[in-house]
Amino acid sequence: MADKVKPLDALLNPLSRNNPVVVQILGICSVLAVTAKLEPAIVMGISVIAVLALANVIISLIRNTIPTNIRIIVQLVVVAGLVVIVDQVLKAYAYDASKQLSVFIGLIITNCILMGRLEAFAMANKPWPSFLDGIGNGAGYAIILIIVGFFRELLGSGTLLGYQVVPQWCYDHGYVNNGLMILPPMALIVVGCIIWVQRSYNKDLQEP
Amino acid sequence: MNKQSNTYTLVYIIVLVVLVGTALAATSLALKPRQQENIAADKMSQILAAALITPAKGEVVADFNRYITRSFVVDEKGAEVEGVEAFTVDVATQSKLTTSRRELPVYVCTLADGTEKYILPVYGAGLWGPIWGYVAIDSDGSTIYGAYFAHQGETPGLGAEIEKPAFSSQFEGKHLFKNDVFRPIAVVKKGMLPPGDEDYVDGISGGTITSKGVGAMLDNCLTPYKKFLRTLADGETDTNQ
Repeated sequence: MADKVKPLDALLNPLSRNNPVVVQILGICSVLAVTAKLEPAIVMGISVIAVLALANVIISLIRNTIPTNIRIIVQLVVVAGLVVIVDQVLKAYAYDASKQLSVFIGLIITNCILMGRLEAFAMANKPWPSFLDGIGNGAGYAIILIIVGFFRELLGSGTLLGYQVVPQWCYDHGYVNNGLMILPPMALIVVGCIIWVQRSYNKDLQEP
Repeated sequence: MNKQSNTYTLVYIIVLVVLVGTALAATSLALKPRQQENIAADKMSQILAAALITPAKGEVVADFNRYITRSFVVDEKGAEVEGVEAFTVDVATQSKLTTSRRELPVYVCTLADGTEKYILPVYGAGLWGPIWGYVAIDSDGSTIYGAYFAHQGETPGLGAEIEKPAFSSQFEGKHLFKNDVFRPIAVVKKGMLPPGDEDYVDGISGGTITSKGVGAMLDNCLTPYKKFLRTLADGETDTNQ
């Protein structure tokens, strides 16, 4: 069983010092996939926050009844159910965004952050701290997604949220959008840069 | 109660799955009508996009009903097929049938100035998945008035550029009939010429397979309309004389 965690720490730690993406290096796959534009990155971030918080609460509520040998299956069933519901809601109320995200909403099910938090936190803690932990980790993931999406859309397409921000003047003088930014490898490199910046600020995260 | 016993585990998982299943079924039932409206509205706005009309948010259905004055289905011989609603024809399945068995939808769009454009759906394959679109043709049956293309999962910045006006606007003013021979528009590498003398547009650098897919899609989906377009063209000449 994990040590007792202060609720506030459960919420705030994942934002920076224990960020699921740049410190624990989880959920990288979807960071590569949905960050070519800022808008899908935001919708994806919100979806993960919602699914993670709800799944954490549900698992935490039933944690004492779950038979140990099928706990992963139970977690998967709950997560998969929630993800399908989120997908359906997006299709009904945010059709354009759901069109852009297509399969990646479904792939939240396989996002390692979710299984990690359910197994490591919700199985051992009360619902309220679990809820905060879910929000915190979801937000930690969303922040990285948004930072990466911001740079990739700005440098790759010259737009933000679909609006042109690089003025025509620059193009007239030979500026060219960096097509490489749109391809998945650059997401990895941007994430690498974020990790670099973050570790140079937090010395204790550096490995000797 | 022994929580590690097989009976407990079995009952537990059955109850859980039934609960989750019920929740999913309820969500699906509750949201279905809204989703179908969205899908239909999305299709309508794509059809209008081919005729270079961009409806305001929430005005899609109204605009569609205003501009699309008629829609019908023709067969390979150009004759109208009775009893089939054009909007419900699944172009994806039709595009895989042999030409003679296809149901070919036609949407007639009447613009504000009274001219009629004939909007034809097309469907094909890109690099990663399906691509589709709509092509609006003048009443001479040959000149392209506008085109709209979409894709499911082409590479952003490369193949996905087919959905941008920069690509689709190249089609405007091109001719399907060249010297009285029906030749759908070719998509070729920038600076190259097509094999025949047909009209052509530039493909997308780095999106070669998607560009070729667009060419093949136009070939496959517009050729069955040949007789229909020919009749249109003849009708036009008759009235002119």
